[in-house]
Amino acid sequence: MAAGTEVTQATGAQQDTAQPRKAPSRFWARVRYQLLNVFAGLAFLYLLVPIAVVILFSFNDPPGRFNFTWHKFSTAAWQHPFATPGIQDAVVLSLKIAFLSTIIATILGTLMALALARYSFRGRSVTNFVIFLPMATPEIVMGSSLLTLFISISFNRGFTTILIAHIMFNISYVVVTVKARIYGFDRRMEEAAMDLYANEFTTFRKITLPLIMPGVLAAAMLAFALSIDDFVITQFNAGPDITFPLFIYGAARTGVPVQVNVIGSMIFLIAIGLMAVNILYQNYRGKRDAIAISGAVRKAQLAEAT
Amino acid sequence: MSRVTRLFRSAPAYPLLLPGMVWLAIFFFVPMYYLLDMSLRTGNLLDGFNQVYRFANYGDAIRENKEQFIRSIIYAASATALAFCISYPLAYVIAFRGGRYKNFLLMLVIAPFFTNYLIRTLAWETILADHGIVTSTFRSLGILTATDKLGFTSGQRLLATPLAVVTGITYNYLPFMTLPLYVSLEKIDKRLLEAALDLYANRPRAFMRVTLPLSLPGIFAGTLLTFIPAIGDYINAYLLGSTQTTMIGNVIQSKFLTFNDYPSAAALSFTLMAGIMVFVIIYARILGTEDLA
Repeated sequence: MAAGTEVTQATGAQQDTAQPRKAPSRFWARVRYQLLNVFAGLAFLYLLVPIAVVILFSFNDPPGRFNFTWHKFSTAAWQHPFATPGIQDAVVLSLKIAFLSTIIATILGTLMALALARYSFRGRSVTNFVIFLPMATPEIVMGSSLLTLFISISFNRGFTTILIAHIMFNISYVVVTVKARIYGFDRRMEEAAMDLYANEFTTFRKITLPLIMPGVLAAAMLAFALSIDDFVITQFNAGPDITFPLFIYGAARTGVPVQVNVIGSMIFLIAIGLMAVNILYQNYRGKRDAIAISGAVRKAQLAEAT
Repeated sequence: MSRVTRLFRSAPAYPLLLPGMVWLAIFFFVPMYYLLDMSLRTGNLLDGFNQVYRFANYGDAIRENKEQFIRSIIYAASATALAFCISYPLAYVIAFRGGRYKNFLLMLVIAPFFTNYLIRTLAWETILADHGIVTSTFRSLGILTATDKLGFTSGQRLLATPLAVVTGITYNYLPFMTLPLYVSLEKIDKRLLEAALDLYANRPRAFMRVTLPLSLPGIFAGTLLTFIPAIGDYINAYLLGSTQTTMIGNVIQSKFLTFNDYPSAAALSFTLMAGIMVFVIIYARILGTEDLA
């Protein structure tokens, strides 16, 4: 790497002049060290304060239609999260789209990831580029071009077009996530299975699939999150249908009901919870596997010894 | 050669690729063609849009919306620069001082993504509201007088000003900047830094000659991942801005969905796409990172 050679040159030049290393005053060094930590703390504050505001204002009892000023503590909205007309249909539609698009995009994306990680074939770099492109295109361009397609072929917009769009923008993210997992695992496991007379299908089902499953699950979670959160592409292709983000957009100018904050907070808490469970599970699995492996090694050593 | 390697070498990958590639072809690439096709038509919704290959659509659309194009570039560039200034130290602290809390801290970085995009932008509307704590504090400290003079804000308020829009954009895309920076900083071999210090480089110099160059891939990815969505954004300008802060995304959205002026909207959308492509290619040449993915 070019940067690496530059490093050695730079340090080499320093050495020639051979100035004694000045010890900076300990006080200033400490200040400088802490300054960076304080800055990072402020950055976290910037990241998290709006979320705190969302959750806090889900307990508000606003006097008017707008939920922008704090008035009174209330749990009314939490007790009746679907009390606002239209909000339930919007949430249900968002969930339906998210489930379906996640399933289809995960299947299509995983197959592509397997092909890319496993085979050397003609057109590989083109394929990689095709997968990369949707992630590097602004949503508004994807949304508007898809809308132009549907207008041009006089295809009515609604549930189907939203689903099509969500699968489209999810595929690339699934491929990238699953591919990273496939590159990370030991191919000899499959070879061992085949050597033990498992056929291709059994090997895939018993070895490959369980091994890439964490990657597939992570990809599915990402796809679900992207789908349920998407606004821009959905707005262009929804026609008369209203998903949860579209509902918020519609309410933004006339007054956002507290229920929006409640459902937003629920989604946030569920996502955080799932993530925590995932981390704990990974830790547990890591420990369990470590124990299993060390047990197997010991057994092998014993067998060798006898 | 084992049976597996032989199988995976010889069996064609194409059947696995086919469904996904067909989907992307039909719903990503074909629409781009239709966008181009629409941008050269004339007409209206009632009489239909006829293909006349009117390239002047582009000139007209760009001329009419020059202001919004320039504003989008300025806002997106400011937000990218701000996000970089916030993210670099943040990613540095997580990568070099995070220790066993690294994963937890990273989770905090992506936490905003767990709430809906519109909800978190509305939260900024609450924070920056005219009677809120932030605005009144800024006003009493005289900060708003200064920012009013600079043109960042106007009328002693934060909401409905360029500053509010840029703040919102910066916030919404911040994790896109922090994560790639973190990945590239985390990968750096700490022994290189020790070597630089042993060879009498002081800390700033070691940073400039070792850490910064080695984090260049992260800087490249992070700035692009922030700038590209930021320049097409219209939600922040819609919720946090005013008619004086309209971005090109707002124009495209209203032309498509309100005024049904499809050819002009398609021309703007295509221009945005082409502009970004040219920018990415030039940027890649300058930073010397050809590998995008």
